[in-house]
Amino acid sequence: MMLSRPLHRLLPLRQTPVLLALFWLLLAVTGPLIAPCPPGEVVSSTVFAPISSTHLLGTDYLGRDVLSRLLFGTSSTVLLCAVATVMACSAGTFLGIMAALKQGLTDTLLSRFMDGVISIPSLLSGLVAVATFGSSVPVLVLAMACIYMPGSYRTSRMLALSIVRKDFILSARMRGEKTGYLVLREILPNMTGPVLADVGLRFIYAVRLLSNLSFLGVGLQPPQTDLGSLTRENLLGLVYGAPAVIAPALTIAILTVGLNLALDGKGQRQ
Amino acid sequence: MSLLPPTAPPPLISVQNLSLTGHRGRGPETPIVTNVSFNVAEGEMLALIGESGSGKTSIALALTGYARQGCRISGGTLRVAGHDVLHMNARELHAFRGMTIAYIAQNAGAAFNPALPLMEQVIEPALVHHIMPRKEAVEQAIALFELMALPSPHTIGARYPHECSGGQLQRIMAAMALITEPEVVIFDEPTTALDVTTQIEVLEAFRLAMRQCGFTGVYVTHDLAIVAQMADRAVVLKNGTVQEEGSTGQILTAPTQPYTQALVAASEPHTRNHDPAPASAPLLDVRDILVGYGGTTPEGRPVHTILNQVSLPVLAGETMGIIGESGCGKSTLIRAIAGIQPWSAGSMMFEGQPLAADINLRSPQQRQHLQLVAQNADLVLNPAMTVQATLRRVLTFYGEDASDNAIRHILDMVRLPAALASRLPTQLSGGQKQRVNLARALAARPRLVLCDEITAALDTVVAAAILDLMMELKRELSLSWLFVTHDLHALRSVCDHVAVLYAGHCVEFSTITALQTAPHHPYARKLEASVPEMRPDWLDNILRQHGLKQDKSGPAPASGCSYMPRCPVAAATCALTPPPVWQAPSGAFIACHRTAQELS
Amino acid sequence: MTARLGEAIALRVGASLVSLVFVVVAVFFITSALPGDVAEALLGQAATPDAIAALRHSLRLDQPVLLRFAGWAGGLLRGDFGTSLVSHQPVLSMVHDRLLHSLLLAGITTLFAVPAALLLGTLSAIFRNTVFDRTISLLTLCVVSVPEFLIATLAVLVFAVELHLLPALASISDIHSIGSFLAAFSMPVATLGCVIVGQMARMTRAVMVNVLSSSWVEMAMLKGVSPAFIILRHVLPNVIAPLFNVIALSLSYLLGGVVIVESVFHYPGIASLMVDSVASRDIPLVQTCAIIFCAAYLLLTTLADIVALCSSQERTRT
Repeated sequence: MMLSRPLHRLLPLRQTPVLLALFWLLLAVTGPLIAPCPPGEVVSSTVFAPISSTHLLGTDYLGRDVLSRLLFGTSSTVLLCAVATVMACSAGTFLGIMAALKQGLTDTLLSRFMDGVISIPSLLSGLVAVATFGSSVPVLVLAMACIYMPGSYRTSRMLALSIVRKDFILSARMRGEKTGYLVLREILPNMTGPVLADVGLRFIYAVRLLSNLSFLGVGLQPPQTDLGSLTRENLLGLVYGAPAVIAPALTIAILTVGLNLALDGKGQRQ
Repeated sequence: MSLLPPTAPPPLISVQNLSLTGHRGRGPETPIVTNVSFNVAEGEMLALIGESGSGKTSIALALTGYARQGCRISGGTLRVAGHDVLHMNARELHAFRGMTIAYIAQNAGAAFNPALPLMEQVIEPALVHHIMPRKEAVEQAIALFELMALPSPHTIGARYPHECSGGQLQRIMAAMALITEPEVVIFDEPTTALDVTTQIEVLEAFRLAMRQCGFTGVYVTHDLAIVAQMADRAVVLKNGTVQEEGSTGQILTAPTQPYTQALVAASEPHTRNHDPAPASAPLLDVRDILVGYGGTTPEGRPVHTILNQVSLPVLAGETMGIIGESGCGKSTLIRAIAGIQPWSAGSMMFEGQPLAADINLRSPQQRQHLQLVAQNADLVLNPAMTVQATLRRVLTFYGEDASDNAIRHILDMVRLPAALASRLPTQLSGGQKQRVNLARALAARPRLVLCDEITAALDTVVAAAILDLMMELKRELSLSWLFVTHDLHALRSVCDHVAVLYAGHCVEFSTITALQTAPHHPYARKLEASVPEMRPDWLDNILRQHGLKQDKSGPAPASGCSYMPRCPVAAATCALTPPPVWQAPSGAFIACHRTAQELS
Repeated sequence: MTARLGEAIALRVGASLVSLVFVVVAVFFITSALPGDVAEALLGQAATPDAIAALRHSLRLDQPVLLRFAGWAGGLLRGDFGTSLVSHQPVLSMVHDRLLHSLLLAGITTLFAVPAALLLGTLSAIFRNTVFDRTISLLTLCVVSVPEFLIATLAVLVFAVELHLLPALASISDIHSIGSFLAAFSMPVATLGCVIVGQMARMTRAVMVNVLSSSWVEMAMLKGVSPAFIILRHVLPNVIAPLFNVIALSLSYLLGGVVIVESVFHYPGIASLMVDSVASRDIPLVQTCAIIFCAAYLLLTTLADIVALCSSQERTRT
C-alpha cells in the first residue's frame, strides 16, 4: 500500500539540499578517521605555517596540523548542530501538528509559550544557558534544541493549520478516522517538503549560534574544537593571512551559504 | 454589423498573429496564446469567449501592451486606435493606458487600493493624463456614479473599498475606466464574481454606459448568455487558439465548430431529471434549525443568526435543491446536516433516527449513509494520495470489499477509466477531480449525498457533464441528493424540490413544477428574472420595462421580513411582524405578508 | 485618535508587559536552576567550606528559591539590580556607561542601515528577477547565512590588515575630532550594518513583492500611472505597517550582532560586558544584561505593532 505512492514522494533524494546534507554528515563521521595527525599534537616548530605538502593547510598558533584540527572541528560543529536540530524539529513538528489538530486551549497555551521563548534573541538564550550550566556538549546541544524548537513549532503549526482546514481532513474526520491516521497519512505526507526545508534552515541557525558562542570563547571548550573556536584561537594569524584562520572561516561560510543557497533555489522553484 | 463591407474604415483594434508565452517558476516557456487574429470596428463590442486556461484574459491584457509577471508577448502585431502597441516605449505606454484604452478587472474588491478613498482612485486616470483639473474630475466622477445608478453618488467617493459591496465596486471601476472617455474599454469577466441579482444591476449599468459614451469594447467572458446581451461579434477561444469567429447571433444559434457547439449545448437550459422521484417518506427531516454566532441573547437566541428556523424534508430517491445568493446560509445548512456546524435549536431525523449535531456523536451507519461532496475538489482530495489509495481507504474503513476490482467498479460508476487509479490529484483535470470527489462519496454506499456547489468551480461543458452524471447515478443507485447551488439553470435541470433561502430564512419551498408557475415570493421572482437568457434582446427588454433602478439595500428590520429593504411590494407590516407561511394553489409554500393574488 | 485605537494600543502594551514579566521570571529561574551548588561551582573544588558557606549566605542560596525570587524581583522594582560577584560593584553602575555606549553604536548603525536596506529591498522588488535582483539576493543570502563574527573578521582583514585604513580596535575614550570619531566607529558600524542590511533588505523585498504583485498595482499600471507614482502613492501607504515590522524584527538582529561586534572590536558596550560576565559566571550581571536585551527587543516589536495599528486605523474609521 505504501508503494502505491510514487517513490519520489517518499525519498526526496534527488534534491540538492538533501545531497548536500548527506555530504556534510558523511564528512562529519569520517573526518576524524581520515585526519593525518591527532588534533592536539604539536607537529611543527613553525606557527602559522603556510600551505605545504607535509601540512596541507599549514599549522596553527601552536604548530598543530590545521587540516586535522579542521576535520575534527567540522565533525563536532556538524554533529552537534545536527543532533540539536533533529531534537528541536521533531519536538517542534510534533507539537505543531498537535496544536493545529486540537486547536482550542491546547493551541493557545502552546502558542503563547512558544511566542514567549521566541521573543528572547537566540544568542542571548545561548549565553544565559552557558552562564548557568557551563559550556559542556550536552548543555550546548540541549540549549540549541530548546532555542530552535519554538521556530520549528511555529512553521509546522502554520503548515498543519493550512492542511487541517482543507476538506480532505474534514472528510477523514467525518468518517471517524483516529488522530494517528490523520497525522501520519493525511497531514505529514503533505508537509514533508516544507518541514525538511525548515530543518535545513534551523540547522544553519544552529551552526551560526554554536560558532558564535565558540568564537566568543563560551562555546565548546578545549581540548574539544569546533569551527568557531578554531577561528578564534588562530585570529592572530589573520595578519599573516595564515590558512589556519582562513580555512575554518571558509568552511563555515561554505557550509551555511551552500545549504542556504540550495534551500533557497528549491523554494523559488516551487 | 456582423461583416464589415470591403470599403469600411480600418478597424479600431487590429490583432494579427498574436502569440504569448509564459513559464511557471523556472520551468520552460510554454505557449499561452498562438496566432490569434481578430479585428474590432469602431463602436463595436467584441466578446472573447473561452473557459479557464483559454488565454482570453492574457489577450485582453496584451491589448494594453501589458503582460503579467512571467508572461511575454512573443509575436504578432497589435494596433489599437492608431497606436502600434508592441512598439511603444514606457512613456508612450503610460500615455496610452487609461487614456486611449481602459480596463475593467474581474475582481473589483482586489483591484482597488485598500488604503485610498475610492474618489482618489476614480479620478486618478484623469489627473495623471492631465485632461482636466481636479474639481472638474470630481464632478465628472459624480456624474458617472449617477449614470451607474450608485447609491448616494455625492458621498460614495469618500468611502474606502471595503465599505462598498462587490456590485458597487464593479460599477465604480467602470466609472474609473470611463472618466477619461477612452476609445476602447476592456471588460474582463466583470460580473463573474457577483451574485446573479447583483450581476443584472451591473449589466444594466454597463449597457447604459455603452449607449451614452459610445466606446469600442472587448468583453471577456465564459458566459454565453452575457455575450448575447453585450456583444455584437464574438471570438471563441480554446487553449490559446481561435476556434470560431462570427456575429453573436451566428455563434449562439448556428455554431459551426464542434467546440462552440458543445459550449452552446451546455449553456442551453434543459431538463436532466426525466423521471421524478415517487412520493415517499422523508429520508432526512430538518426541523426549525437555528444557527448563529456571537454569543446568546437573554432569550437564548444567538446574537447574529445565519439560519433562522429552517425546515426541510428530503424524500428518499429525490433531488432536493437549495438556492440563494452568497451569505444566505445555504453552505451553513449543508454543514449543519453534515455534522460539522453546531446548531443552537431545532432537530434533524435521518432514516427515522435522530441525528446528533456533532458528527462524533453520530452512529457509524449514519456517518456512512450521509456523505458530503464539497465544492472545491482540489481541497477534498489529499494531494499526497493516489486516486486508488483514497478510494481504498474509504472502502476498508467501512468494511467494504477494497479489491482492485471494487475500485475499478467505483471509477466506472463515475465514468472514469481504470487507468486513472494510480494517478495523483495534481495529474487530473478539474472535471476528473470532481468525479473522483463524487467517487469518494459513493464508495461509502451512501443514502443521501450532500453537494455543496459542486459545479461552481467548473467550466460550463464540464459542469454539464457532472450534472448528467448526477442524474444517471440517481437512477442507478436510487440515491437522494441535496444539491446546493446559486445557478438556477442547474437547479431546474436536476431537482425535484426546491428551497429558496434568503438571509437565513427559507422564503419559498416548492416542487420543481410549481417553480414554473406563479405566485412566487418576491425574492424568488427577482432571482428568476435576473438569470440572463440567451435571447439577445433580454437585457434591453428589462431596461425598457423599468429603466435603470437604484439598487435598494439597507439593514433588515429586527423583527419582520428580512427581505423588506429590497422588496418592491413591501408594506408597513413587513417591518414589524415576521411573514406568515401560506400554501399557494400551485402547492408552493411561501413566506410573505402579501397574498397569492397580490404576488401573481 | 479614537477610543478603539487607544484600546488596541493599550492591549498591545499590556501584552508586551506580560511578555516582559515572563522573560524576567524565565531569566531568574533558568539562572537559578544550576544543578548542584552555585557557590561551589563558582569557587571551585579547592574552596574551604567556610568560604562556600559565606558565599552561599551572601547569595541568599540558603533561602528557598521563591523567597530569593521575591527578594530579587523586589530589588528590580526599587532599581536595585544586585552586586557583581566578581567586581563587587553594584550592577547598575557597571551597566550604566556600557549601555550608553551600546545605544550609541546601535543608533548610528540604525541611522545608516535602515535607509540603505529599505532602498535595496525596494529596488530588488521593483527589478525582481533581473540580474540586479539576483546579485543583491545572493549577497544578502551570504550575509544572513554566515555567523556574524565571520563578517567582522572579514572586515578586519580587508580594512585594517590589507588596506590599513582603519584601526582594528575601537577606543571610544579618546575621541577628540570627527576623524577619530569616524575611525573609532566606522568598523563596528560597518560590520553591524552589513548584518542588519542583509536581513532587512531580504524582508523588505518580500513585503514589497507581495504588494507589487497585487491586483490593484496592476490596475494602477493599466490606468497609465507611472512606476514612480505607483510606488509613492499606491504602494507606500500599504507598506508602512509591514515595513515597520520588518525594521523592528531586523533591529532585533542588531542585538545579536552587537554581542559579536563589541567582542571582536573590544568595544566597551553592554554586550561585551555580558559575554565577559558569562565567561566569569557572574550571575547577577548576566541576569541584568539579559533583561536589558529582552526589554529592548520587546520595546522595538511593540513600537512596530503600534505604528501598524495607527496606520491601519485611518482606513477602518467609518
